[in-house]
Amino acid sequence: MIGIEHYLVVSSILFVMGVLGIFLNRKNVIIILMAIELILLAVNINLVAFSAFLGDLTGQIFAMFVLTVAAGEAAIGLAILVIYFRGRGTIAVDDVNRMKG
Amino acid sequence: MIQLLAFYLFATIILASAAMVIFARNPVHSVLWLIVAFFNAAGLMVLVGAEFIAMLLVIVYVGAVAVLFLFVVMMLDIDFAELRAGFARNLPLGLILAVVLVCELILGIGAYKAGAVQLGTPEAGAATVRDGVPNIQAMGDLLYTKYVFLFEVAGLILLVAMVGAIVLTHRKTFSARAQNIGQQVARRPEDAVRNERPGVGEGVQL
Repeated sequence: MIGIEHYLVVSSILFVMGVLGIFLNRKNVIIILMAIELILLAVNINLVAFSAFLGDLTGQIFAMFVLTVAAGEAAIGLAILVIYFRGRGTIAVDDVNRMKG
Repeated sequence: MIQLLAFYLFATIILASAAMVIFARNPVHSVLWLIVAFFNAAGLMVLVGAEFIAMLLVIVYVGAVAVLFLFVVMMLDIDFAELRAGFARNLPLGLILAVVLVCELILGIGAYKAGAVQLGTPEAGAATVRDGVPNIQAMGDLLYTKYVFLFEVAGLILLVAMVGAIVLTHRKTFSARAQNIGQQVARRPEDAVRNERPGVGEGVQL
């Protein structure tokens, strides 16, 4: 019998894989963005699972808003990546210090 | 029984393809594995009856975000081998962190299973699932009544993201034949027209 803890375990492993992806590919910003998508997917699975198991639809509504923000974030992130590549000719982001911040 | 089989199938493929996303050598392969992961996550969500979110996941992620990623990866001329240089160096710390995080999360889930923490009684106006109403209809009922303001704010966020992406990446082309509207409007007749009365056979000095 599938319980909510099955869903929680899957989504927590997915979340940790996203974090691990950010740590392992610190130079490649494309993979970092994809890892962030994995993390948000894990969050969505959690929200939907709790929504289904508690019988409250609000979680699914919230998952939709997370999806919206994730799509906007991907678009803006890739746009920043494209202009960064135009200026530098590389996308290695482990030593970004253009603004000396 | 078939639910159990479907759940384990979807869960295994999600986790395997997520591992391939972060370990693949070629980012194009990473994007393709990401698509596989999203399809299987949609399967997991269908399994608990959240059809609308599942379809949204397929349409938005596979249809838009993944294609955007693929487009950017293929458009930019990047030396990916050079970008993987620090991979082995980061591996031990990353794995330690991952194991710690997994242990924490499993501990949290175990504590949740042992007995929920009482944080108060649920609100009377909670959006409960009604029998006989399809998921999409119920979502629409909620979205256009109780959460209509949030829904419009979500649209605004997408608009801002679109405008931002266009502003960031749009390159103005400076062509010799491009129309300069400001110059056209600022042109005055006295600068542009000149009356001349040349003598016979002298011509006009321009």
